[in-house]
Amino acid sequence: MSFLEVRDLKVHFPNRGGLFSRKTQPIKAVDGIHFDIEQGQTYGLVGESGSGKTTTGRAIIGLNSITSGSVTFEGRQLTSGDLQRQGAFRRDIQMIFQDPYSSLNPKKRVLDIISEPLRNFERLSASEEKARVQQLLEQVGLSPESILKYPHEFSGGQRQRIGIARAIALKPKLIIADEPVSALDVSVQAQVLNFMRDIQKEFNLTYLLISHDLGIVRHMCDQIGIMYKGRYVEQGTTDDIFDNPQHIYTKRLISAIPDIDPTKREEKYKFREEVRTEYELAYGNYFGEDGLAYPLKPISETHFVALPGRG
Amino acid sequence: MNEALLQIEHLTTSFRIADQYYAAVDDVTLSVRENEVLAIVGESGSGKSALAYSIMGLHTRAKTEGDIYFNGHNIARLSPSKLNKLRGKDMSMIFQDPLSALNPLMIVGAQIEEVILLHQPKLSRKDRADKAVELLAKVGIPRPEHTYGRYPHELSGGMRQRVIIAIAIANGPKLLIADEPTTALDVTIQLQILELLRKLKADSKAGIVLITHDLGVVSEMADRVAVMYAGQIVEIADIYTLISKARHPYTRSLLQSIPTAGETKSRLHVIQGIVPSLQNLPRQGCRFRSRIPWIDESAHEEQPIMHEIAPGHWVRCSCYKHFRFPDSKEEELRHVLP
Repeated sequence: MSFLEVRDLKVHFPNRGGLFSRKTQPIKAVDGIHFDIEQGQTYGLVGESGSGKTTTGRAIIGLNSITSGSVTFEGRQLTSGDLQRQGAFRRDIQMIFQDPYSSLNPKKRVLDIISEPLRNFERLSASEEKARVQQLLEQVGLSPESILKYPHEFSGGQRQRIGIARAIALKPKLIIADEPVSALDVSVQAQVLNFMRDIQKEFNLTYLLISHDLGIVRHMCDQIGIMYKGRYVEQGTTDDIFDNPQHIYTKRLISAIPDIDPTKREEKYKFREEVRTEYELAYGNYFGEDGLAYPLKPISETHFVALPGRG
Repeated sequence: MNEALLQIEHLTTSFRIADQYYAAVDDVTLSVRENEVLAIVGESGSGKSALAYSIMGLHTRAKTEGDIYFNGHNIARLSPSKLNKLRGKDMSMIFQDPLSALNPLMIVGAQIEEVILLHQPKLSRKDRADKAVELLAKVGIPRPEHTYGRYPHELSGGMRQRVIIAIAIANGPKLLIADEPTTALDVTIQLQILELLRKLKADSKAGIVLITHDLGVVSEMADRVAVMYAGQIVEIADIYTLISKARHPYTRSLLQSIPTAGETKSRLHVIQGIVPSLQNLPRQGCRFRSRIPWIDESAHEEQPIMHEIAPGHWVRCSCYKHFRFPDSKEEELRHVLP
């Protein structure tokens, strides 16, 4: 049994349209995905905008309701509607949001922002609470004196660290990080990524890292799942995906990463041209008639690819 | 060397904050030749977008000093009506966010026709429409006749950015200023837009100023690179030199902080401290000094100037000679060129 198991997860949004707002085909944001995450690992969920990666993360933490399928966390079903028990899971699973400018309440002081989860789950006196928040601020590398400041007094990287302090306040086991650094400059990005690494070691944290940036995913993740239109096209270890991509969509995604070495420009152009030709020629072999990916099939112990055919 | 298409000399753009002017672009000197991509790289707050807006004369409340020669004429002090004859025709801009740069209430075809009408008023209505469709085809939009009548919200992000580019190239500009043209886009779409820009440059021989924070995009596109920090240019070099032999501490730190696709799981380099805000900029001495406190004060110049350390390779301040990373004895150059 894995730490987190996602089985045939579907999140469909009802779509009303046409005459008298009749129900039409729902939007299948997430359409039957499976994956496991082991404790202490980082799992990367990659895809372009609209691929359903964010919806998946939000569904696991309960911000989107699940249409069908199951999410099992430490052997317990998250999807059974028992709210009482869900409360306990909420404590163990926390989220780091994408935009540090909109995910912190501008009218609240840092003290109130970080202590909100503490107030929900723990009964602390005001002085205990303050001490905890100051300790958390120190852990994320901010000055403990900043508890009375407001979010606008901080830079983007500092705000993201306030968001992280809030996420780790309850010592969660799983953190869902939805594009945690895409709003930040490269040097600040490095700071936040290093920090996420450090606290992972310290608290044996598990990350579900949602990102469209393959450089970051490669840097951070042990396992990667590639999503396309709500389905998986490929899943494997970081080496499987980057050194031996099998699905034509994965190949295209990887070939599109800008290369930092300008001497390889020509080489890269040629390679992309080859991948594009292959993509156009082989598109019909990799996607069904509805343009969606096939179910995953194992090609090695760790590596799964959406291929047509048997099964 | 052929004459520069755009020559910026000692350009300073200052904004007024509480009755005082603060320079966001501070004494910038640059040139762009035709058929050349000059990338301007820097983090947010470095002044790179303020520089782009200054070139286009789009600042309304800033104080601009210095000279901007475009095609041999000084455009820094032109009246808005004279500038309007240039803008959208000989020089045009590609904006970062394609949704907010387009008018949501106009079909895209009409928005392209608008710039054609302004600069080629003699064209008949039908010719204009034909030209708009032709431009949509040129920027790689499938079924251009169909897209002509669409509103911006009906198009995807990549398609909208193509429309923006179609508007920018409608009158065959000699200079294109692209402000973070792919930042809002997915990596596969980003690639398509970069390829389109490359193709347009090859066809038109236009000069391109590419403003970005993404060094990957820079390596893919640029011929030369200017690195900006706190309103100043700190290093200029051709792209090969900049990636393999960067000398300024800021450039070297930036290069070390990118998680490159080929790298294993080591720690990334972090630049200490934060980019100072406009009001708190140290106006005296090396502006990067506070970010590298382990380097001895005496390594910096009192009034840092640009030094040409190799032909075409300029570095500001003398601190580059003494710079080393704090955690490693020997800096590991990840991309050493032969």
